[in-house]
Amino acid sequence: MDKTVNNRAWFMVVPVLVVMAFNAIIPLMTVVNYSVQESFAGNVFFFEGTKWFEQVLHSERFHASLMRQLIFTGTILAIEIPLGVAIALAMPRKGPWVSVCLVLMALPLLIPWNVVGAIWNIFALPSFGLLGRAINGLGISYNFTRDVGAAWFTLILMDVWHWTSLVVLLAYAGLMAIPDAYYQAAKIDGASRWAVFRFIQLPKMRRVLTIAVLLRLMDSFMIYTEPFVLTGGGPGNATTLLSIDLVKIALGQFDLGPAAAMSLVYFLMVLAMSWVFYTVMTRDEARA
Amino acid sequence: MARIDLANLAHSYSTRPRGDTDYALKTIDLTFKAGGAYALLGPSGCGKTTLLNLMSGLLTPTQGSILFDGVDVTERTSEQRNIAQVFQFPVVYDTMTVYDNLAFPLRNRGVSGEALDSRVRQIADMLGLTASLNQPARRLTADAKQKISLGRGLVRPSVSAMLFDEPLTVIDPQLKWQLRSQLKQLHRQVATTMIYVTHDQTEALTFADTVIVMFDGRIVQIGTPEELFERPNHTFVGYFIGSPGMNVLPAAVEGATAVVAGHSIPLDRQYEKSSAKTEIGIRPEFVHLAENGQGLPVRIKRIDDVGRYKLARVTLGTLPLNVMVGEDARLSGDTGSVQFDRSRLHVYRDGELVDGRA
Repeated sequence: MDKTVNNRAWFMVVPVLVVMAFNAIIPLMTVVNYSVQESFAGNVFFFEGTKWFEQVLHSERFHASLMRQLIFTGTILAIEIPLGVAIALAMPRKGPWVSVCLVLMALPLLIPWNVVGAIWNIFALPSFGLLGRAINGLGISYNFTRDVGAAWFTLILMDVWHWTSLVVLLAYAGLMAIPDAYYQAAKIDGASRWAVFRFIQLPKMRRVLTIAVLLRLMDSFMIYTEPFVLTGGGPGNATTLLSIDLVKIALGQFDLGPAAAMSLVYFLMVLAMSWVFYTVMTRDEARA
Repeated sequence: MARIDLANLAHSYSTRPRGDTDYALKTIDLTFKAGGAYALLGPSGCGKTTLLNLMSGLLTPTQGSILFDGVDVTERTSEQRNIAQVFQFPVVYDTMTVYDNLAFPLRNRGVSGEALDSRVRQIADMLGLTASLNQPARRLTADAKQKISLGRGLVRPSVSAMLFDEPLTVIDPQLKWQLRSQLKQLHRQVATTMIYVTHDQTEALTFADTVIVMFDGRIVQIGTPEELFERPNHTFVGYFIGSPGMNVLPAAVEGATAVVAGHSIPLDRQYEKSSAKTEIGIRPEFVHLAENGQGLPVRIKRIDDVGRYKLARVTLGTLPLNVMVGEDARLSGDTGSVQFDRSRLHVYRDGELVDGRA
């Protein structure tokens, strides 16, 4: 078949290029540009080479934020994935309660992020928040605005409340996709409840759980709004995660160069994680 | 190996069944002899899988009881009943190797070591799975997976019965033949009570010594393949068994004469006059078609060559009729005449076979 070559066809991709330029390429290149320059008031810039990158990578402050970020992400994954699977297993497989459970589960996902932060801020206030009053009422001193442990506890509880549902819904979808014959065969084979989970349910949920881990990993790595509204990164810097730290540097101190360099490092980390997971998932599919 | 008795057994999927129509399985009494090879045959939705799942304990019956060797097992779990069941769609444990799949039912029952190993290898050998024992089960083809399912049933040495729920549905036609004969062979080797559910009459008739034909939640006939073919108890059986099925023609029957489409046909036996819906049934094998001869005049619509014989589609008056004719029969015109083999002709009232007086 003869191919028709008509260079005017390139015009057809112009709209996409324009959109991409404005929403991705230009902002990203601006950041790249900032990351290699020193800026002064009055729009004066000096080329600084890789100075900011070296500074960020050696900065104790960055290391501390990154460490907090890793602890946060690791903790919420360790709680949300098993908890989500457990809830999905406990949900009814048929009957009128299925839709009730699904709606209840979906509710937290529908609430805007800053509202989640605000709800939990008020909920956890020791003075009149229900949670704050209740914990203090039990004789445990709890004040998330002053106490580091309490701040972390509240932050993680909030994220678990907000996002476990996502894991539940994904795991539940995976469970529902298992044909009845598997459960029947397991009964005939005399499998224990644990064996059913280990050899039927878990393998069949594997793919959706990979997606759940991927989504929660990346999402929690980029989390900003909820901790910002809840604790603002405090007390002190105790809950200053990467994105909060970045905003503090960029907008609080207006250090555009270091902030830009940090953004790029941050971006590359998220990109690398996504790539690893994408590779794992596609390799999995190729094998299946 | 066990004898299975079903007493007054019925099942409804509705929690509060009201009428007869709510029952997927209507009240039945039935005995499966120990070591027999049975087939439950019927169209989709006739209750045969329900019956099977009741016996294996996957379902608890709405009423009645199930006895294994005289012991009531109605309330027992599948595991306690020691039943093996193979399902329509192959079930394998994806993350295990073929070996572990076969060993799974034994390990769950606490078998280990040499006893486990030798049994697994014996079954793998029997099913031709030895070469793939160490492969992950998920990579195998559908028929190999079904062999594994089968193997998991066979691996337990002393099951009460083996139940098969349309196990060859997903298997390629040429492998079907192979597996079907292997199953038959297996039955001779292990001598376990085997019950095979299918809607495919060829599978049922080749596998079983006794075929139980079901329709709409009821058992319509129990018999050997020959009995089902020669003396269908019910027009449904006549129609369902055989390819094509029995010709069923509305008739008026009185004394030793049936009147079909205005033509009188003499019968071998005497029948009472009745107001019930009356039909006569005759298999295409026992109708003789000639171009010009004695008998009832028919119009020949079409002749299909189906291999070993030809099948003529004719009409008697307005009634369609299938006639089997020899491979070498020569029929050129579009009219002919048919004669019925009187000894093979049956009379049905409201669908049920009636025996006349001699």
